[in-house]
Amino acid sequence: MKRDFVDLHLLFVPKESQTLKNAIQRAAKFGYRYIAVPFSYEPTTEEIENLKNICKNVGIEPILRADLYPRSENELMNNLRRLRRKFDILCVFCDNKEISRQAAKDRRVDLLNFPNFDYRKRFFDRSEAELVRSGMAALEIDIKPLLILEGPARIRFLSCLRREIAIAKTFGVPLIVSSGVTEERYMRMPRDMASLSYLFGLNSVEALDAVSSNPLAIVLRNREKLDSSFIAPGIRVVREGGEL
Amino acid sequence: MKRVKRRYLALQLEMDGVPSEKELLDVFWGSVVRFYGEVGASLTSMALISFDVSCKIVVVRVSLEALDSFRSSLACITNVAGKSASVHVLAVSGTIKALFAKLS
Repeated sequence: MKRDFVDLHLLFVPKESQTLKNAIQRAAKFGYRYIAVPFSYEPTTEEIENLKNICKNVGIEPILRADLYPRSENELMNNLRRLRRKFDILCVFCDNKEISRQAAKDRRVDLLNFPNFDYRKRFFDRSEAELVRSGMAALEIDIKPLLILEGPARIRFLSCLRREIAIAKTFGVPLIVSSGVTEERYMRMPRDMASLSYLFGLNSVEALDAVSSNPLAIVLRNREKLDSSFIAPGIRVVREGGEL
Repeated sequence: MKRVKRRYLALQLEMDGVPSEKELLDVFWGSVVRFYGEVGASLTSMALISFDVSCKIVVVRVSLEALDSFRSSLACITNVAGKSASVHVLAVSGTIKALFAKLS
């Protein structure tokens, strides 16, 4: 079966049209079927249309994603309430333990991401994984630090990832591997990205799932929920009748 | 004695300028050694088969057992001969003939 590859974290600024266009063209050339360019603010209709047009021209399907950087639990809840129905994917960047616990519990959160360059702030432990399992979130791992870090910093990062992956596997938390790149030269083909997962303990099938079926399942689930005919999981309006 | 299974990889080199074969091999070996050490690197049995300078396509041979580790260390390459570069795996095959058939 042919896989549809997804990169959920192309960190290009949506306002810089030419850079974004080049990155999306490159993603198409590399064989991605879906990409997400995250917004850290509420985008205008024009910006969304621009993104959709660029993607349409190269045969890629865009995914609307918002990255949340809350500083408190209240801010997180407000952002989730305001943005949930506007985006396909909501990712929370957990900068402290309270936020990471709250985000893990909340069923509106799709992805959890942790600071890549400060291992003390990677709060994905067994308690977090247990909360994530009861919620709907997945753990997102960016590969960019693997490409730009060197020496002891990269060793520490790999060691953190290996521990987190082992915990995620134990608790059945879905894993998403994304690029998280801000420059084109760091973009990698989907299978190369999957092969990087080999460095932190995923086997080849799990690694390929992390760049294809796992992210796609979240996107499709959310799109179904955002559809106007959706009532509850498994229940949708097929046809509306007239008055009896 | 058990026959050693091998895989041939076609790699696309993306960079400005063209490196020499030696520089290229040094980068490949360097990356594998950095991630898997000298013992790990020796298990790859890597050999350069061809380097097409015009389209920057490199063909290398590695042992099947070390294919995953070799691929992951290739993906981590960001510099070749002091210039910003990346290496992408275009195709993997069991024979050179099938590899070139895939490429064409």
